[in-house]
Amino acid sequence: MFSYYLQLGLRSLKRNPILTALMVFGIALGIAASMTTLTVMHLMGSDPIPWKSDKLHIVNMDSWSPDNPFSEDGSLPDQVTYRDAMALMRAGKADKQAAMFNLALPIQPENQEVKPYLSLVRTTFSDFFSMFEPKFQYGRPWTKAEDDAHARVVVLSKAGNEKLFGGGDSIGKTVRMDDIDYKVVGVLDDWPLRILFYDISGRGSFETPEDYFMPFTTGIDLKKRPSGNNSCWKDSGPGWEAYLDSECVWIKFWVQLDSPAHLADYKSFVDAYVNEQKKSGRFQRPLNNRLYDVNQWMVEQKVVSSDVKVQSGLGFAFLIVCLVNTIGLLLAKFTRKAGEIGLRRALGASRRQIFAQFLTESSVVGLAGGLLGLLLTGLGLVVVRALYTNFKTVAQLDWQMVALTIVLAVVSAIVAGFYPTWRACQVAPAAQLKTQ
Amino acid sequence: MEIRPIISALMRSKVAMILIGLQVALTLAILCNALFIINERMQRMQRPTGMNETDTFVISSFGFGQGFNVQTTIDTDLAMLRSLPGVVDAAATNGMVPLGGNGWGSGLNIKPDQKTETASTAFYMSDDHAINAYGLKLIAGRNFKPEEIAFMTQNNRKTSPIAIVSRALAEKLSPPSGDVVGKTFYEDTNAFTIIGVVDRLEVPWVNWDGQSFENSTIWPTHMVYGNGSTYLIRAEPGRRDEMMKTVETKLADSNKSRIVRSLRSMEKVRNDAYVDDRAMAIILGGVIIALLTITALGIVGMASFWVAQRTKQIGTRRALGATKFDILRYFLTENFLITTAGLILGGVLSYALSLWLLTHVDGAKLLPWYYVPVGFISLWLLGQAAVLGPAMRASRVPPAVATRSV
Repeated sequence: MFSYYLQLGLRSLKRNPILTALMVFGIALGIAASMTTLTVMHLMGSDPIPWKSDKLHIVNMDSWSPDNPFSEDGSLPDQVTYRDAMALMRAGKADKQAAMFNLALPIQPENQEVKPYLSLVRTTFSDFFSMFEPKFQYGRPWTKAEDDAHARVVVLSKAGNEKLFGGGDSIGKTVRMDDIDYKVVGVLDDWPLRILFYDISGRGSFETPEDYFMPFTTGIDLKKRPSGNNSCWKDSGPGWEAYLDSECVWIKFWVQLDSPAHLADYKSFVDAYVNEQKKSGRFQRPLNNRLYDVNQWMVEQKVVSSDVKVQSGLGFAFLIVCLVNTIGLLLAKFTRKAGEIGLRRALGASRRQIFAQFLTESSVVGLAGGLLGLLLTGLGLVVVRALYTNFKTVAQLDWQMVALTIVLAVVSAIVAGFYPTWRACQVAPAAQLKTQ
Repeated sequence: MEIRPIISALMRSKVAMILIGLQVALTLAILCNALFIINERMQRMQRPTGMNETDTFVISSFGFGQGFNVQTTIDTDLAMLRSLPGVVDAAATNGMVPLGGNGWGSGLNIKPDQKTETASTAFYMSDDHAINAYGLKLIAGRNFKPEEIAFMTQNNRKTSPIAIVSRALAEKLSPPSGDVVGKTFYEDTNAFTIIGVVDRLEVPWVNWDGQSFENSTIWPTHMVYGNGSTYLIRAEPGRRDEMMKTVETKLADSNKSRIVRSLRSMEKVRNDAYVDDRAMAIILGGVIIALLTITALGIVGMASFWVAQRTKQIGTRRALGATKFDILRYFLTENFLITTAGLILGGVLSYALSLWLLTHVDGAKLLPWYYVPVGFISLWLLGQAAVLGPAMRASRVPPAVATRSV
């Protein structure tokens, strides 16, 4: 029966090509607008590390000035001072922990044909790799012993390795940065991190991970100011030692806590640490420490910008307009077919059969609209990528969204077709036949 | 006017009328709010920086190796750049340009150790060539002198105790006259005396709050943490692109142990700074066009359907003496009535949407009232234009139709 209705539907759609095109186009446009914006919002807000996002936490402590809050909206500094970072590292109370900051260092390739270039180097602790779990192509992370020894070692990204060594196994080779040689101990594989959640405020949410990693302790020895954000509420005074000893915040501190109990314990540990520091006159603001897991952190840092939310909202409002439009057009179309319905009813078709027939016709419109809409969504995402050059990782169709597009289109069309179909079924056969 | 018969005819197809009305209402709500957002973004993008943006560009150098001396490099570079034919002037900066996104900001106080700051400001660190290189307008006091330029490193944080400020900042520090020349202010405990005022200089951060957006201070300091330096160069009119290439090569050739990078014209800096606002305006513009198209097509579709449905009645009216113009006017009036009903609902929806945006979007403002009448007029015109085709077709229905049975 379904294939018969399908045939009837297709024939009827072919009879009014302009009206049909209008309906299909309307649905397609509505679907494209809402799906383009929704895809961007979905990918921006989606969990970048779903298997352990609830275990990774960033530590925020209110170490700011007694006179003024860090920010008007009540958010805390998202970085910590060197003193506090080192104290938390030494205590080692979390299952894993990594302080980190970025340095901009000149890379001097051995290959004379490649000009020296400036690159960001993430300095962190060995736990970084087991916390954020990038895959290694060659070698391994550096060890805790190498952290302690201020070892001159480096881990390269796949891209960094390609640039310096043509992509081969470069373990044991040296990389020269600012006239100092570092030994390569590991090369990462591709690390497709959709959101650079570990350094949102410093690098931006949609940047790619750094190409070079070195031990934090080694980085500190270089006595160079970090290339990320640095915020001070009190003058740090001259010199490197004074800077390390200052109240300036410039280090991100991430911990891995494997269970809710560990989380609670760690929270009390941080509170106890701050209370201890208060005795020596630091941390004069009210006790306020927060641990955010990855998803909470993305919300706190507003990874999904309000622009994107507004676009999605308006995209959906537009879809509703398109649906209202389609309802009107279907109503017009089905009302004109009153005579045909009357005839079919008189020949014995039940209301239910008429209903099935017309819903099939609406679904065909929905499916066609969905397919065209998918095409337009793809186009829309190309436009979004062109407009927002940094959205490369989040303006892409994924299978979930493709399926959702089609389902949304068909469901929309069925919803839109419901009232007109119901009206069509109300036709009294005798009256219709008489006026003919 | 024949409004009564139109209304009673409409009452016979309520649903269709409601659908068109609803579509018009939603269209108005989206149109007004989207136009408002677009307009706000355009105004944001048009804010003047106060500097010459057509002829200027920035370039950075990053030295490496043990033998690199950043202070002599800066002095040599500046001498070379300023003597280059085609260059009007060049200044060393701490990497800060309006809209550039990087820089140093702080609070400014009337007294030392003041608890709440008097004003916040961006601190440009540059030299006696800054006013000319940036293309700023000095409106009071004097420029820096070459001997007043300090050289500040991490270990030697010497600054000059003088500064030039923007007019907006001057007015905040010393209201209402803004007469600050010769007065002393404090950044933390550092005292400095203001020696000059420039008409306008934006801070480097596009998202800084509007109140402080033009609060800038220039310190006569070459600040160097590490081996980096940045220059702002102003070329002779029309020679910017040529000078960008020349300067890049000259700097790279002059010293092999450095990396020359981040060559950007101010035009590009501006483009990059407002990428989000521009994207938002374009996307919403696209939504508006699609929306108006759909609504117009919807009206055409429904009107065509009505005309087809009423062919016989139209014929009868024509036979009874109605002119073609009467028929035309009937459909135009009908559309006007439906659209008006929709627009009234739409006015309410516009503010509902505006309130939703207000609660969900940081910094959103309530829709100003005049967007609603503008939206009314646009949609009235759109409705009349869309219905014109079907109405013309209706007016051409011959009276003889009335005599046929089908």
